[in-house]
Amino acid sequence: MNLNVAQIREQFPILHREVNGKPLVYLDNAATTQKPQAVIDALTDYYTQCNANVHRGAHYLSDEATRRYEAARKTVADYIHANRQEEVIWTSGTTEGINRVANGVAQRLKAGDEVLVTEMEHHANLVTWQQACKRSGASLKVVPINEDGSLNIEQFHSLLSDNTVFVSMPHISNALGTINPVKELTAAAKAKDALVMIDGAQGVAHGAIDVQDIGCDFYAFSGHKLFGPTGIGVLWGSYEVLQDWPVWLVGGEMIATVSYQDATWGELPNRLEAGTPNIAGAIGLAAAIDWLQQFDAADILAHEQALLAKATKLAEQTDGLTIVGHADNKIGVLSFILDGAHPADIGFLLDKQGIAIRTGDHCAQPLMKRLKVPGTARASFTIYNTLDEVDKLFEGINKARLMLA
Amino acid sequence: MNLPNTDEIIDDLEFLDNWEQRYQYIIDLGKALPGLPESQHKEEYLVRGCQSNVWLISEEKDDKLLLHVDSDAVIVQGLLTLVMAAYHDKTPEQILAFDIDNYFAQLDLENHITPTRGNGLRAIVGKVQQLAKHSQA
Ligand SMILES: Cc1ncc(COP(=O)(O)O)c(C=O)c1O
Repeated sequence: MNLNVAQIREQFPILHREVNGKPLVYLDNAATTQKPQAVIDALTDYYTQCNANVHRGAHYLSDEATRRYEAARKTVADYIHANRQEEVIWTSGTTEGINRVANGVAQRLKAGDEVLVTEMEHHANLVTWQQACKRSGASLKVVPINEDGSLNIEQFHSLLSDNTVFVSMPHISNALGTINPVKELTAAAKAKDALVMIDGAQGVAHGAIDVQDIGCDFYAFSGHKLFGPTGIGVLWGSYEVLQDWPVWLVGGEMIATVSYQDATWGELPNRLEAGTPNIAGAIGLAAAIDWLQQFDAADILAHEQALLAKATKLAEQTDGLTIVGHADNKIGVLSFILDGAHPADIGFLLDKQGIAIRTGDHCAQPLMKRLKVPGTARASFTIYNTLDEVDKLFEGINKARLMLA
Repeated sequence: MNLPNTDEIIDDLEFLDNWEQRYQYIIDLGKALPGLPESQHKEEYLVRGCQSNVWLISEEKDDKLLLHVDSDAVIVQGLLTLVMAAYHDKTPEQILAFDIDNYFAQLDLENHITPTRGNGLRAIVGKVQQLAKHSQA
């Protein structure tokens, strides 16, 4: 079966607007995806029909809001193949999820311990670990990448040691599109008794996730990159690891008993979710997952690969263009530089033509330095993009090239 | 250096009616900007708040502020030329009296100078105004 992309586009109101007098060509999906009407409706419906605080009201609406909110947790748990729904902790996004884990790890790290990350990290999965190491005297080991932007697997294995207590890596690189073999690498890290976290900000956007199959301890992602609302995200952790994970935020909802001088913590997931949560966000994210699940995952993948294959082919035919990131196993992202043009100039001239891409360091300054580029221009594709839009992108790039020549 | 003045730029841009021509003009201005030698691309001259790098060096001569600017993005170099036309080789009083918002409104390039555009024009305008205030004091 093929995806009916025209019909999918119909469901995204924003894709029908114009930008700078041109029909919008939205190719910044790795930054955030647009929202289908089903998600917008879920948010509106929540606020118009059901708004109440959860887990505490003794009234009808509070019960209903709690039911919808916990059903959303179940939807996420099923989607990522969690063992139990208590393993799904709501956060504001990937960044918060990683910070929660890094904060907990930092309390347990000691001098001599090692934390492993990769050269392709987003700052969210780098600065967190770097600071946790600084605070504790542990050392941060950085697994290099190969010239093509794939992870150097040999180096990964040789940097893993008996001192490695934690490994955190991206499922998919936001700057390069590289897909890492997270299952195989997780197994190697677990053999050393290290805990493993996957930064799933990009991974979750390109196909169903099975956290049990990966075998990791933590997996974090953001709703807004999965057609859901901003401000909601998920930290998944295995029950065994999460049940005595250091609490971070304390206050209402997360306690069992409180006296003036002391408190005891509640059960998962509450003990890691202090305060009134983003109820509407959670419900909106579940609506996004429900929406996405009407499509066949293999069809989505095939469509995204076709978009990237076409973009790559046109890129290779463009004089002076260099693709940044050529890993065999990659998806969703075409990062590139153009001779004699700064990425900001390209982004600017594409914007004038209604084409939205991202330019800059992609929150990965050390990676840009490693690749010896000032930044790149990045087009990123998803389910609602068309082959025709890929053509428009390259018409736009060629126009920019001529203007800058 | 031989910079167009603000009136010339306003006149030139008025003639150009599609975005391609207008931005080709900005790009050409950018290419003509003398810029700074690589050796002057120093951390201390960087203006914060820009997506591309923007460097600014200033000196005072005969009560006037001389400005030397550069960027690694050519459109930003062009936009910097617009700012230079307003501020380079002017007294602090002239700089502070100049209605930069009105000038940009006349150029009809507003969507470039909103703070969120990140191209650093706002940052550079703020910096020059600050320098002018400082040398007045
Ligand atoms: C690989 C990766 N990690 C982490 C993040 C941070 O996600 P958020 O800003 O939603 O917290 C992003 C978002 O750009 C990302 O691409």
